[in-house]
Amino acid sequence: MAGLKLDLRHGRVEMSHGSGGRAMAQLIDELFAKRLANDYLAQGDDGALLPAVPGRLVVSTDSHVVSPLFFPGGDIGSLAVHGTVNDVAMMGARPLYLAAAFILEEGFPLADLERIVESMAAAARRAGVQIVAGDTKVVEKGKGDGVFITTTGFGVARDGVTLSGRNARPGDAILLSGSIGEHGMAILAQREGFAFDAPLVSDSAALNGLVEVMLDSGAELRALRDPTRGGLATTLNELARQSAVGMLLDETAIPIQPAVAAACEFLGLDPCYMANEGKLVALCAAPDAKRLLAAMRGHPLGQNAAIIGQVIEDSHTFVQMRTRLGGRRILDWLNGEPLPRIC
Amino acid sequence: MKYIDEFRDGELARHLAATIAGEARAGGEYRLMEFCGGHTHAISRYGLADLLPPAINMIHGPGCPVCVLPIGRIDQAIRLALEQRVTLCSYGDCLRVPASDGLSLLKARAQGADLRMVYSVSDALELARNNPQRQVVFLAIGFETTTPPTAVAIRQADALGVNNFSVLCNHVLTPAAMRAILAHPTGARLHGFVGPAHVSTVIGSRPYETFASDYGKPVVIAGFEPLDLLQAILMLLRQINGGRAEVENEFTRAVTRDGNRKAQAAMDEVFELRDSFEWRGLGSIPHSALKLRPRYAGFDAETRFGLDYRAVADSKGCECGAILRGEKRPQQCRIFGTACTPEHPVGSCMVSAEGACAAHYLYGRFRDTPAMAAEGA
Repeated sequence: MAGLKLDLRHGRVEMSHGSGGRAMAQLIDELFAKRLANDYLAQGDDGALLPAVPGRLVVSTDSHVVSPLFFPGGDIGSLAVHGTVNDVAMMGARPLYLAAAFILEEGFPLADLERIVESMAAAARRAGVQIVAGDTKVVEKGKGDGVFITTTGFGVARDGVTLSGRNARPGDAILLSGSIGEHGMAILAQREGFAFDAPLVSDSAALNGLVEVMLDSGAELRALRDPTRGGLATTLNELARQSAVGMLLDETAIPIQPAVAAACEFLGLDPCYMANEGKLVALCAAPDAKRLLAAMRGHPLGQNAAIIGQVIEDSHTFVQMRTRLGGRRILDWLNGEPLPRIC
Repeated sequence: MKYIDEFRDGELARHLAATIAGEARAGGEYRLMEFCGGHTHAISRYGLADLLPPAINMIHGPGCPVCVLPIGRIDQAIRLALEQRVTLCSYGDCLRVPASDGLSLLKARAQGADLRMVYSVSDALELARNNPQRQVVFLAIGFETTTPPTAVAIRQADALGVNNFSVLCNHVLTPAAMRAILAHPTGARLHGFVGPAHVSTVIGSRPYETFASDYGKPVVIAGFEPLDLLQAILMLLRQINGGRAEVENEFTRAVTRDGNRKAQAAMDEVFELRDSFEWRGLGSIPHSALKLRPRYAGFDAETRFGLDYRAVADSKGCECGAILRGEKRPQQCRIFGTACTPEHPVGSCMVSAEGACAAHYLYGRFRDTPAMAAEGA
């Protein structure tokens, strides 16, 4: 293409970048295609033509609207990859491809967009997936929040494995892959400008590698789910409702980093409701729980995995928790946004 | 977490619970009111009911700032935001409290009100300083814990000459509410109080002495951690068994007899007693709340915007009043868990997690189903 190169240092997103004309082609070529390069994307047609997959296809889609766009431990780019890769992986599938759609706000710095796309590329590489299709649209200034990214993931389910939140049975063990609340607290601290002595870092990560070793362990898995929005409490309530069972957790078994615990304590928030972006909950047949736990702990993202409770019979589908004092209480659905208590 | 985990130790809790069970008189009943919403929340969150013998009957008191705020006061704040178009700053807890006409502050925001959730009154003052063209009003609620910061912010606004900042003052007083509780039949039958934690750091233990000497009710001031509560319950038990009525202080790591004199002086400089104030559930109580002194009247939103107060009756079927007086338990309200839930609260006690209804709904309602309550008890 003739003309000036895209000014990635000082340039900003303009309406013409979404108009379908030359400016858009330039943005795609110089900013997106270069960084996300793969054979499928390079086809340059209206869709990517992919080879047949060896098994059942799993599809999942997710829109990402995080604010701030950059936060300790990640950014909206890596988050958009991890979020969808994880949703595909939770189906017991190996994620293969992603499609990504960007809604850009007029005036958004191209340098920031470049950082985001580079971060997406790196996250996809690490997760072993390819971004094979994409789209960009530009909205007028004031009609977006910088960047929104929707990613759709495609993966292939492992033969013989069917995971579902409907599969839980009384007696099943509930496992958690690591400490909770880190993403939610990192975002909240950054957004509200809270400064704590210990840094709060998002746990944003692709979990497909961890899921592979869990599937390899041979344990009889019922369901996997990543406790993102609404946190651990909400995920467990979803599973309990889907399977029409209750759950009984052991509070002392739930891993939590001291910095997160302290920040939650300070703000009157419950870490069980704070979002995670690199953790999973697994339900498995009780006799296999130890084997599964050992497999998880052998993976870097499961080092702090723990058995946190068991599925029980309960037509009310209550998720209960035995507190560290020996009492019992409900761990309810998230109610509205978590609001700090006043005193 | 240092200085926190020590007060949540399971082993010590079981030991204390066993001691309480051992000292509670067989067949006796100990009707103890935890005044503070912070204690109500802790009892529910840590499942303390499971650790206590049946003789100990914990009755939830009115010390939840959001719960005792009558509808008319929230209406005032909504009118300010919607009709006078001010920027209204509020603590998060207040946002969902149901007001008249199916509104709440959150719903008013959806209708275009400029409503900001703040973590502290100083955030509201800063907002005013950064937006001199906007009238910024802070919806001040709470007992003596949150009052000194409001006083300090008003003094600061005065010193800085900030003329677009004002306070809609709903600060209320703990001892006045305790007296009102004791004037009701349920209150008269109480055997003792677990006294507030944070409030007492400010006012000290002295203001409770009248409840021991004049009303014969033991008071034990307790911290908000579960072991604090268990220890305080044991101390109350021993007073009651020994026929004593004294003010004892379990929370010595933070509370003294005289309290925080500096905070008291700040409150006294800025605020004076209202002749009367309406409380949800307790009705109008004389000298139970604060307003700004004439010297600071310029920062009083009620004066600045010519607000009048209109009392509004609670919703039909809502038992918040009886629950706040300790006459009923949340599960005895007909609309508990059906028409009234944390997602769609009808009464204020279902809003804040410190409210008796929300605490029971969120943490304890499994006990209302007989099979679940029996299992694992």
